[in-house]
Amino acid sequence: MKFTEDHEWLRAEGDVVVVGITEHASSQLGDVVFVELPEVGTKVASGDEIVVIESVKAASDIAAPLDGEIVEVNEAIVDEPGKVNEDPLGAWFFKMKIADAAALDAFMDEDAYETFVG
Amino acid sequence: MTDLLRLPLHDLHVEMGAKMVPFAGYEMPVQYPAGVMAEHRHTRARAGLFDVSHMGQVRLRGADYEAVARAMEALVPVDLIGLGENRQRYGFFTNDAGGIEDDLMLANRGDHLFVVVNAACKHDDIALMRAGLGGGATVEVIEDRALLALQGPDAEAVLAPLNAGVRDMRFMDVATLDLAGAECWVSRSGYTGEDGFEISVPVAAAAALARRLLDDEAVEPVGLGARDSLRLEAGLCLYGHDIDADTSPVEAGLTWAIQKVRRSGGARAGGFPGAARILREIEAGARRVRVGLQPEGRAPMRDGVVLFAGADGGEPVGQITSGGFGPTVGAPVAMGYLPTELAATGTTVFGELRGKRQPVKVAPLPFVPANFKR
Repeated sequence: MKFTEDHEWLRAEGDVVVVGITEHASSQLGDVVFVELPEVGTKVASGDEIVVIESVKAASDIAAPLDGEIVEVNEAIVDEPGKVNEDPLGAWFFKMKIADAAALDAFMDEDAYETFVG
Repeated sequence: MTDLLRLPLHDLHVEMGAKMVPFAGYEMPVQYPAGVMAEHRHTRARAGLFDVSHMGQVRLRGADYEAVARAMEALVPVDLIGLGENRQRYGFFTNDAGGIEDDLMLANRGDHLFVVVNAACKHDDIALMRAGLGGGATVEVIEDRALLALQGPDAEAVLAPLNAGVRDMRFMDVATLDLAGAECWVSRSGYTGEDGFEISVPVAAAAALARRLLDDEAVEPVGLGARDSLRLEAGLCLYGHDIDADTSPVEAGLTWAIQKVRRSGGARAGGFPGAARILREIEAGARRVRVGLQPEGRAPMRDGVVLFAGADGGEPVGQITSGGFGPTVGAPVAMGYLPTELAATGTTVFGELRGKRQPVKVAPLPFVPANFKR
């Protein structure tokens, strides 16, 4: 599993990457009460803000970590946003198909992310 | 956070794992490890302990209570002369334009008037009272007391073992009571819509009292985050958001806090700043009013969201002044201002969220029924 500086986790499944947010991010956000996901089929560029996530405290965005196409979204967290807090590693947000699987290597591994979070 | 003031109970908050944030010049606990949602729900189900020591506590003294009340009536449109001994009222300082400078609690303590004002406004309020009370009263700022709020349906049962006198208190009663060996000024009131008490306790005794209350299994510490969602569901105004220097009490739906004796035709009608506008609006109505708002989707609409009459086009008709997710309601809730003709319960307006207009329904306030001991 890889991690972004925006506190997303990335898990490769062939040429598809599954994206969620880390335990650290979910605890910083507080209780999540609303999630808006992109539409399947959307072509996204790295850095595009494609998810809206609202906690009891504030609204924030989640950016696409890579260029690619959204191939699946997790409607379960739209129906029950609290799952993001209960199980951040299980509550994935979207799956995206990426052109270059090697692009994942540029992200932090778990040790590097732990150091990054401090 | 070097320039921020610390609460007398700072170390206790840190020990309990509070996340501390800057608020009104203080380092304040915004939440504890349980989180905003759990703290909110616990307060409605059992009892929550809030540290609100950042608020201003002031005693006004004069020749007697009536002299002080008479002087203070020049600054607030409240019947203070008619306020019974050991009773409290909600009120607000008004300005010459009929807007609200701050909201506050006022209590008749027999030989003096005790007031509690918002933290962010306290220096201005104190200056306003010093300048405005003339020779009728002196302003004594209380610096050596903390202020705790114990809120929720179990609050009485938690406090009664410390002093059974709390059982005799009704909503908005005030009493001086010994709690865990300390002389406390207790009122049966709060900012959550629940039954509960606000307790002014000497700083030296505050930590021991707080720990004693937290030892009760019914009590959990609650931070500013849940304080805000609780008061929002209760339909209570937050100064600087739902009310401000440009908003009149009539627009804000606070006419109930202006007793008949201070209104046109009353024995002491007017005589407070902005009386001309405020009394006229009581008679004729205001052009815009504060309303409850329920977004129809699941996305919270927060302070600043602009409201429109229709799904497309047109000029803004109003704005949300407080909003978020209501944990007890289980859906987003908000308050804001709309023109009177759009303010009827059930009217649909549209809030613009991330460039898209979403339907919002005007709803009665409060969102959660008040649970006071009348």
